[in-house]
Amino acid sequence: MNVIDIEGLWTRYGRQVIHAGIDLTILQGEVFTLVGGSGAGKTTLVRHMLGLETPMRGTVRVFGQSPAQGSFDEWRTLRRRWGVLFQGGALYSALDVFDNIALPLRELGTIDEDLIRELVYRKLDQTGLTHADADKKPAQLSGGMVKRVALARALILEPELLYLDEPTAGLDPARSKSFVSLIHGLHTALHLTVVMVTHDLDTLVELSDRVGVLVNGHLVAVGTLDQIQQLEDPCVHSFFLGVTGRHALAGSSVTAN
Amino acid sequence: MSTAHSDVVPRITDATQPNQPARPRIQIDGGSVELAGPWTLSALHLHAAPIQRELAGLSKAQIHWDLRGVTALDEFGALLLWRAWQWRLPASILVRPEQEARFSKLPAHASAPRTRQRARPVDLLYGIGQDVILLLEHATGLARLLGELILSVALLPARVRLVPWREISANIYRSGTQALVITGLVGILIGVVLSYLFALQLRAYGADVFIVRILGIGVLRELGPLLAAILVAGRSGASIAAQIGVMRVTQELDALAVMGISRTLRLVLPKVLALMIALPLLVLWTDVAALFGGMLSAHRELGITPAAFIANLPASVPVANLWLGVGKGVVFGLVIALVACHFGLRIQPNSESLGSGTTQAVVAAITLVIVLDAVFAVVFSDVGYQ
Repeated sequence: MNVIDIEGLWTRYGRQVIHAGIDLTILQGEVFTLVGGSGAGKTTLVRHMLGLETPMRGTVRVFGQSPAQGSFDEWRTLRRRWGVLFQGGALYSALDVFDNIALPLRELGTIDEDLIRELVYRKLDQTGLTHADADKKPAQLSGGMVKRVALARALILEPELLYLDEPTAGLDPARSKSFVSLIHGLHTALHLTVVMVTHDLDTLVELSDRVGVLVNGHLVAVGTLDQIQQLEDPCVHSFFLGVTGRHALAGSSVTAN
Repeated sequence: MSTAHSDVVPRITDATQPNQPARPRIQIDGGSVELAGPWTLSALHLHAAPIQRELAGLSKAQIHWDLRGVTALDEFGALLLWRAWQWRLPASILVRPEQEARFSKLPAHASAPRTRQRARPVDLLYGIGQDVILLLEHATGLARLLGELILSVALLPARVRLVPWREISANIYRSGTQALVITGLVGILIGVVLSYLFALQLRAYGADVFIVRILGIGVLRELGPLLAAILVAGRSGASIAAQIGVMRVTQELDALAVMGISRTLRLVLPKVLALMIALPLLVLWTDVAALFGGMLSAHRELGITPAAFIANLPASVPVANLWLGVGKGVVFGLVIALVACHFGLRIQPNSESLGSGTTQAVVAAITLVIVLDAVFAVVFSDVGYQ
């Protein structure tokens, strides 16, 4: 089953073309990673999938429904089926960690506070946070903790689809590694479909089932990591040279960056 | 126990109504309970209350549970059941292995309620103390900012190239030129209303001609400066505080600091100087507008022609009132810009602080303007009257 279907998507800001006819299908249960240079239109593509942008031409469907259209109930129901981890966390700075994670649950309006508390604490446990962190304000958190809280909030409604925008940007290698294994564990445990945008090759290699490469508004390649690395396209090649290099390095005892 | 079906949760099978989403179901049959359908947050949250009531009624008896018909079980569904089972697996239960795995990860008891600090009587005392300390902080902060400002100004003659001319001129445009319409409009309306009220009283005493003097002194000395200052405090005070606050949020203030660019010189000074130049001019403009409005109203109510009004003005109103009003404009401009910068620089990088900082800046600026106006009234009590 397809979770996301994009057909012939064009995006233009003024005279600048962001997407020139994108066709993309994302399957249920896979981890799909969008890669490409800065300004290639990755984030805008994800914004289309989230209904934050309206397509000028072409269609975007998530769970068979257009995220930018529909009645209020359709709009809201669709948004309860996905969770989003923004690059900067986008935690509500006026609320503490607990209230940030509990907010989507409280918005449902049908769940009592005792159950909300249990669910929030479960999510804190799952994302490697302590119960003492619940009372902290976002301003008191480190970058890694902000990501964890944002992930806990993205997961609190038990979504079927999870968006990750640069999940490891701004984390040190150790934190980044533990965050990646956290996402990996959650993906297998919760049977999520994951759409990810990343620049980090380690994250990419670790998590992705399929990869899409965006270059100048065109989706030049879609496939598994192995398939893509075998392509002759110079843009793709230069981007993945790093991966091959790392793999080679991992096999030898030479220490280099 | 008799055979009963749950009537709270309608049992709708997917086969009969394919368009309806599947629902969680509870089937009670004597001493055994069969659960079916999706037990997930998205399916449960609409029926959370009736389902919980039903589960609570079931939890006490010795019941055989059968969960094999449950098509999907997530964290929420599992916790809902787990709580109804009093945090342990029932003795008699049929579950699928993956469901059991989910239950095995759940905690053995309820977590403690979040402790919220209750207010004690002594907290009131702490609160008052904190307010006093905060007030002192604001006072010292303002004094320090003023000091930094004076030091920066003292540095400038030796380094003329550092004078932020463009920022000053931009700020004069933003807080002066762009405020012309609103101050003019408010000035005219207040002038009309005041003149009308005075005219009614003066006519009763046959003292019609005093309207020029009352309006002249009232507007030039008090109303013009106060109106202009309050409008500017609301407009520019809020925008200055919010602008500096957002610069904190986006780390622009830090960027200035690490580049060795003085924020006092680049941010505070242009705004303060601009308001010290723009506000006196706005005061003059508001004076003219208010007198114009008053003149129209006097003409209509008392028959004093505009020509007579204008001819009478210099004779009945000492010019000292005009200078006093303009002088107030300079001081008010300094205070508004300084207070707005002070509160703007105190804003923390979060949305709540941005809102409260901007509000505080406007409230404090207007309050200080009115307090200073009273001080002016006392200090210059024997200036400008005949």
